[in-house]
Amino acid sequence: MATQRVSGSQAVILSLLEEGVDTIFGYPGGAIMPIYDALYDFDQQVTHYLTRHEQGAIHAAEGYANVTGRAGVCFATSGPGATNLITGLADAQIDSIPLVCITGQVASPLLGTDAFQESDVISITLPVTKWNFQVTNAEEIPEAIAKAFHIATTGRPGPVLLDISKDAQFGLFDFEYKKCTKIRSYLPEYPVDPFQVKAAADIINEAKKPIVLFGHGVILAHAEEELKEFVEKTGIPAAWTLLGLSSLPSDHPLNVGMLGMHGNYGPNIKTNEADVVIAIGMRFDDRVTGKVAAYARQAKIIHLEIDPAEINKIIKADVPVLGNAKKSLRMLIGNVNQNSHEAWVQEFRDCDTIEYEKVISHDIHPKKVGLTMGEVIRIASEKTNNDAILVTDVGQHQMIASRYFKFNHSRSNVTSGGLGTMGYALPASMGAKIGKPDRVVFAVAGDGGFQMTIQELGTIAQYNLDIKIIVLNNNFLGMVRQWQQLFFEKRYSFTEMKNPDFVGIAKAYGLASQKVTSRDQLEDAVQAMLDHKGPFVLEVVVEKEDNVFPMIPTGASISDILLEP
Amino acid sequence: MKQEYIITVFSEDQIGLLSRITIIFTRRKINIDSLTVSASAIPGIFKFTIVIRETPDRVQKVVGQLEKVVDVMKAYYNTNEEMICQEIALYKVPIEELFESDKIEQIVRNSGARILEITREYVVIEKTGHTHETQQLFDELNVFGVTQFNRSGRVAITRSSIEKLSEFLKERDALLEQVD
Repeated sequence: MATQRVSGSQAVILSLLEEGVDTIFGYPGGAIMPIYDALYDFDQQVTHYLTRHEQGAIHAAEGYANVTGRAGVCFATSGPGATNLITGLADAQIDSIPLVCITGQVASPLLGTDAFQESDVISITLPVTKWNFQVTNAEEIPEAIAKAFHIATTGRPGPVLLDISKDAQFGLFDFEYKKCTKIRSYLPEYPVDPFQVKAAADIINEAKKPIVLFGHGVILAHAEEELKEFVEKTGIPAAWTLLGLSSLPSDHPLNVGMLGMHGNYGPNIKTNEADVVIAIGMRFDDRVTGKVAAYARQAKIIHLEIDPAEINKIIKADVPVLGNAKKSLRMLIGNVNQNSHEAWVQEFRDCDTIEYEKVISHDIHPKKVGLTMGEVIRIASEKTNNDAILVTDVGQHQMIASRYFKFNHSRSNVTSGGLGTMGYALPASMGAKIGKPDRVVFAVAGDGGFQMTIQELGTIAQYNLDIKIIVLNNNFLGMVRQWQQLFFEKRYSFTEMKNPDFVGIAKAYGLASQKVTSRDQLEDAVQAMLDHKGPFVLEVVVEKEDNVFPMIPTGASISDILLEP
Repeated sequence: MKQEYIITVFSEDQIGLLSRITIIFTRRKINIDSLTVSASAIPGIFKFTIVIRETPDRVQKVVGQLEKVVDVMKAYYNTNEEMICQEIALYKVPIEELFESDKIEQIVRNSGARILEITREYVVIEKTGHTHETQQLFDELNVFGVTQFNRSGRVAITRSSIEKLSEFLKERDALLEQVD
């Protein structure tokens, strides 16, 4: 390959182009100015989105990565620019989102001198990155970026950060790019062991009451088709974790719903009645297992997992199947018998009936005066024929939306699962819309989380990002209030909020908006939002003190899931 | 039951890797009793020898997390019995004590220590051994007043005839080929 003499900054952009990057989220500042200057010449190849805060940029990159399956890229300057990325890095680290973040750094002779806007970004980001590296010499840039993409996107994905000193950005060298395909110390995934697959298949073929628990790993491995084929061949009911949502269509007859604290009744109690649990690309988070000592003790556990450190971390696996879920499932499908478990699946349906009567009907078809979050979500889902992308924030509305929004397509549920980052939805929805411009994208947030990153309305307005923003306003930090009600004797310590006029705020940003306070306005308002070309903020004032049920209280067994207080 | 484990981490030579390794312990509130970093027998590969007290379950999980670090090739854990290990300690004692009686000389002889340096003011004694041995010598010498003391981190090698890592690297190469 011919070389060309370029600056470090140009090399950054050229390297990103080599990796197929066409979208960057970021915020300029002193120490990254040379890179922004280089970017100025590449506006035909790369679209850069200027957010209103670096946290907005990194959550947007996460949303983009989520819906596209490609690495999200974000830029920030040194010091406060870089530290504003931390929440997003921690979020991407715990949810295995591939990100490549590039931060500017003070010139290398100034490192360690408390220079203006210097912070020790490499040290600060150690625990929240899969890998990070400081570049102080222009010549290191192509290799560092190649490594960054390889590490971020392979194996169990995650965020990586490159900190590039200002002198490295100015340095001139002969540019040559070589993709990274192998790192001696890094094995992205183990080849699937056919003996383990056989052992798993033998157990599955003998199982009387098996259950599949699938998670984010299915989506990350692009294993949706394999998952579907596997459950259809074996007839095994399949339940999802929060991040597994949308990888199996909601209306699939073997999709038995959501696991965990606010999940469905059936999959929770039936996990403790199953004889075989087949966990696929999930990590037995405490929100899924409840009390670990009382979790699936009766069952043989088969764990399909790419990350060796997840095997036996929380729940001991009788048969671990290490490797990429797509490959493991493909091999497993070849080894399992055609089967059906009609009576067993019927038990889940019976649970659904109980849950529908006790909880769901009141949530999505309420008879009381006040609006519920559930009915808003149901209408949004119905009016888009379950084809939309749902981006949620964190709290009550997130659980309600995950329970009641329906999905036909994978990679359509974008949420902060592991870290539970309030303020995630609005910026993440920008990345989702940019990544999938042809899809309807809903950003659903509570009044609390919405205000944590509300300034991104500016970004949405500037780029006219057609996002349908639904603010479910109960004038409370609802989930915390619910816990205060249930476990802290209704001592509502600092959870009530005096909110601004959200419609007025939207208007000030030049965005269309409407406020809904009663049921008779709701359907029309959702329709008007969908009919409107361009972003729209729909504020729905919901019942102040509604609770999310079912619920597994912290420390309780999943068998003790409550359908009502 | 907690017991002492020696964790051996083989890695690339990278700035900042020490922090990336130690935060895995910090996050779980595990104290590192001793830490030694040195070159290994294989060129370009570094070796961390880390001593902690933990339960078998926790040490196993920590090793799993260590192996997730991109620049780490492999981590092993062993009990003390499975390894040959040593530490080195230096002791400084005022010179008068040596001249006034032969007790210090006896202690040094009996403990298999040696005298490194004698000056007008002090004598420096060196002892190699296990922690309890270097500690015992400290206690004996401290009767006369040890003015400075320093003990190294533990160095340890396995009882197997080859470096396990060499075998590992061969397997790893094969695995990397397979995954493509």
